[in-house]
Parts: sequence; C-alpha cells; structure tokens
Amino acid sequence: MNEDTPSRRIRTMYAQRSKKTLVVKLGPDIHAKIGMQLRVMYDEVVDQGVPERFIQMLKRLDDPDCEVS
Amino acid sequence: MGPRNNVRETMLEAVPGLRAFAISLCGNVDRADDLVQETLLRAWANMGSFQPGTNMPAWLFTILRNLFRSEYRKRRREVEDVDGSYAETLTSLPEQNGRLEIVEFRDALKLLPSEQRESLILVGASGFSYEEAAQICGCAVGTIKSRVNRARSRLAEILSIDSVGDFGPDRETRAVRVRISPALIGLNR
Repeated sequence: MNEDTPSRRIRTMYAQRSKKTLVVKLGPDIHAKIGMQLRVMYDEVVDQGVPERFIQMLKRLDDPDCEVS
Repeated sequence: MGPRNNVRETMLEAVPGLRAFAISLCGNVDRADDLVQETLLRAWANMGSFQPGTNMPAWLFTILRNLFRSEYRKRRREVEDVDGSYAETLTSLPEQNGRLEIVEFRDALKLLPSEQRESLILVGASGFSYEEAAQICGCAVGTIKSRVNRARSRLAEILSIDSVGDFGPDRETRAVRVRISPALIGLNR
C-alpha cells in the first residue's frame, strides 16, 4: 500500500498539531486566549463610542443655559 | 478651554469604558446606560471631592461600582434578568472571528461570582493595574490578584479549554489548512 497518501499526510499533520497543543495545556496560552476574548467582548462596547445622550447631558451640566435639542 | 471643559472631556473619554464595565456588571445595555448616566451626575455633583491630578477614570469606575452594588442590594430579585439586550450589542464581529465564541464566553463570565468577574474585567479588559482595581473595589491588592486568578481558572474550566485550538477555527487552524493544499498539489504531480 502507498504509505504516503494525502489523507495520511493530513492525519499525521493534525496528529502532530494536537500533540503540540496538548503540551501547552493550561499554560500561559490559555490565559492569553481568555484575555483576548475578554478584550474582544469589552471592545465591542467601547468601539460604540460615546452615545449622544451623554454628550448632550454633560453639555447641559456644563452650561445650563446652552440650547440643546 | 476652561478647566470645566477639561473635566467634561475627561469624563466623556471615560464613557465607553464605563459602559463596557456597566454592561459586564448588570448584563443589560439599558440599565448599564442608566448606571453610567447616574455615575456622571454623581461625579459632576461631587467634583469637589475629586483631587485634581489623580486618576479620574478610576474615580468614575469606583462611583459606578458603588452605585451598582447599592442598586443591586435594593433590586436583588430583578437582577436575574440579565439575558436582556447585551447580545444586540454584538453587531460588528465578523462571523469567522467567532461571534459564537464570544457569546459562549459571555455566558461563562456570567457564571463567575460577581467579585471575581469585576476584578477580571477591571484588570483584563479595562486596563487598570491591580492597585487601581483594588482601589475601585475597596479591597487589598492581594485580594484582587487572587480573584483574578480564580476567575481565569474557573473560566478555563467552564469553557473546557484543554487546548488553544478548542477555541474554534481560528486563524492558526485556517493557516494549517492552507499549508496542506500545496502539499496535495505536489503529490499530484
């Protein structure tokens, strides 16, 4: 039988890959990944910027006479 | 620009982070925005107690956290209504970047005790130092450190992360697939 079929190669590559990932189990990579997820989630909100209501509210507090719609 | 304008600018700059923190505390965008509004009003009314030159974002986060906790005590029974509209804010994530992952992550975060969650957010997302986070939460630096560590371990456990790849098809996985294709072409020669 042909020892070097494409599917065998793929299997071997994935096997090597999973062996490699097992080594980093619970290592600093996990913390990095959690940190990344945390920031993605947080930045989803941060990237929305400052909603208009807060801009208008602070304007009114700063200058109660100023006309804001 | 007068000093009050500077204060206003600094407060406005803090708003996006305050909203993100508030949403992580109460899980609902509308309540979070009310919390931020109340925080800004309190801060404005108590500007005299803010020491110029000190950390205004940390001061604002402290006010917001205290407001949330006093409100939480009052409305304990309503707090379980956390599934609200947070998902609606997840609008701009490209599909392949794992929107589902983020939803799962957010759900896992909700399972943490609130002290662990807020400590992790302040240090891991808001970018405060352990010292600043301790000041915001009114506890010792060591307490924050241990809460953050426990939060991370618990999250890893909930999400059953036993390898980096388990976080779903990420860029690395796709790169592996791309590398395989030329190999196949080579074999067909």
